[in-house]
Amino acid sequence: MAKGKNRMSNEINAGSMADIAFLLLIFFLVTTTIASDKGILNILPPKLDPNVPPPDIKVNERNIFAILINANNDLLVEGEYRRNTENLDTDIKEFILNFGAPNEDAVALFNSLPASLQAQALRRPESSDHPKEAVVSIKTDRGTSYELYLEVFDAAKKAYFEIYGERVGLTSDQYRALTGDDEASKALQDKGKAGIPMAISVAEPNKIGGN
Amino acid sequence: MSKFKNKERVTPAVSTASLPDIVFMLLFFFMVTTVLREQDLLVEQKIPQATQLQKLQNKTLISYLFIGKPKNTGLYGSEPRIQANDVLISTPDIVQWVNQERDMLAEADRGLITISMKVDKEVKMGPVSDVQTELRNADARRVLYASTTKLPE
Repeated sequence: MAKGKNRMSNEINAGSMADIAFLLLIFFLVTTTIASDKGILNILPPKLDPNVPPPDIKVNERNIFAILINANNDLLVEGEYRRNTENLDTDIKEFILNFGAPNEDAVALFNSLPASLQAQALRRPESSDHPKEAVVSIKTDRGTSYELYLEVFDAAKKAYFEIYGERVGLTSDQYRALTGDDEASKALQDKGKAGIPMAISVAEPNKIGGN
Repeated sequence: MSKFKNKERVTPAVSTASLPDIVFMLLFFFMVTTVLREQDLLVEQKIPQATQLQKLQNKTLISYLFIGKPKNTGLYGSEPRIQANDVLISTPDIVQWVNQERDMLAEADRGLITISMKVDKEVKMGPVSDVQTELRNADARRVLYASTTKLPE
């Protein structure tokens, strides 16, 4: 008798399998947060020792690319008013690669650059001497929106990554994707940034428009 | 014309036999990519977008700070607050929090601790810079401004 029953139902009905799977799928869809550990890396300057006066560093004004953002989210780039961050990255790139008054090291660096980058050296006397001296300075007010600050910071990073990438024949996206895990990518990474330090300085904000 | 009609009539119903397979495939994808929320967010989080994103290799080195307007404005007010782990903390507590986070890392990695700042779009630079000053005091100088990918126009 038992045998007969078994023989009748020798195949499990799989029709509800899809329903069960859907139920699980919806559960995971709802609870999922795709891990987002991406962001823009910034290395903060070391803490100032109150007993030691801040070092008196003399940098020529022409070697600083000054970006001011006020509490109304207006931009002042090198003394010039701007409504938005359009073309900011190309301007920063031009500034870094200016080679206005290169010293011996910088001449060697210049000669090591690919022709496409050499062509971008405008050699204007009022812009940076050479990439090692060039500093991009971002100063905000306390009331400046974080979103705009990040946009400007992003533009400065983009300028540097494009230069690094172009030196090793990659796009900036490809250069950023280099992990540095294996020899080859580490070598590319080092070759890209050799001699051109990423100098993005973020000044303490003015006490305007915030608390 | 009649030919076409004939053809249409003989078309059988679409077989749904492979539906479970498709659903299972999706299910496995979401199961693998899912990270169950470890903590409830007490502050609003609309992360800004940027283009030059980098991905960190070692996830264990990252600690998260959430900055934004509290969701429960009745209890916590409407000014931006900082959330670390499960609680809202005030700015001077950051040094202590960083030291706690650092103690949880292996000794060799302690200098490499990275703070991922998840800052809401609406926040002004004031609170952000206060947090950065505290992070400098705590000597946790690697900061990651968490952001999502902006698609080029």
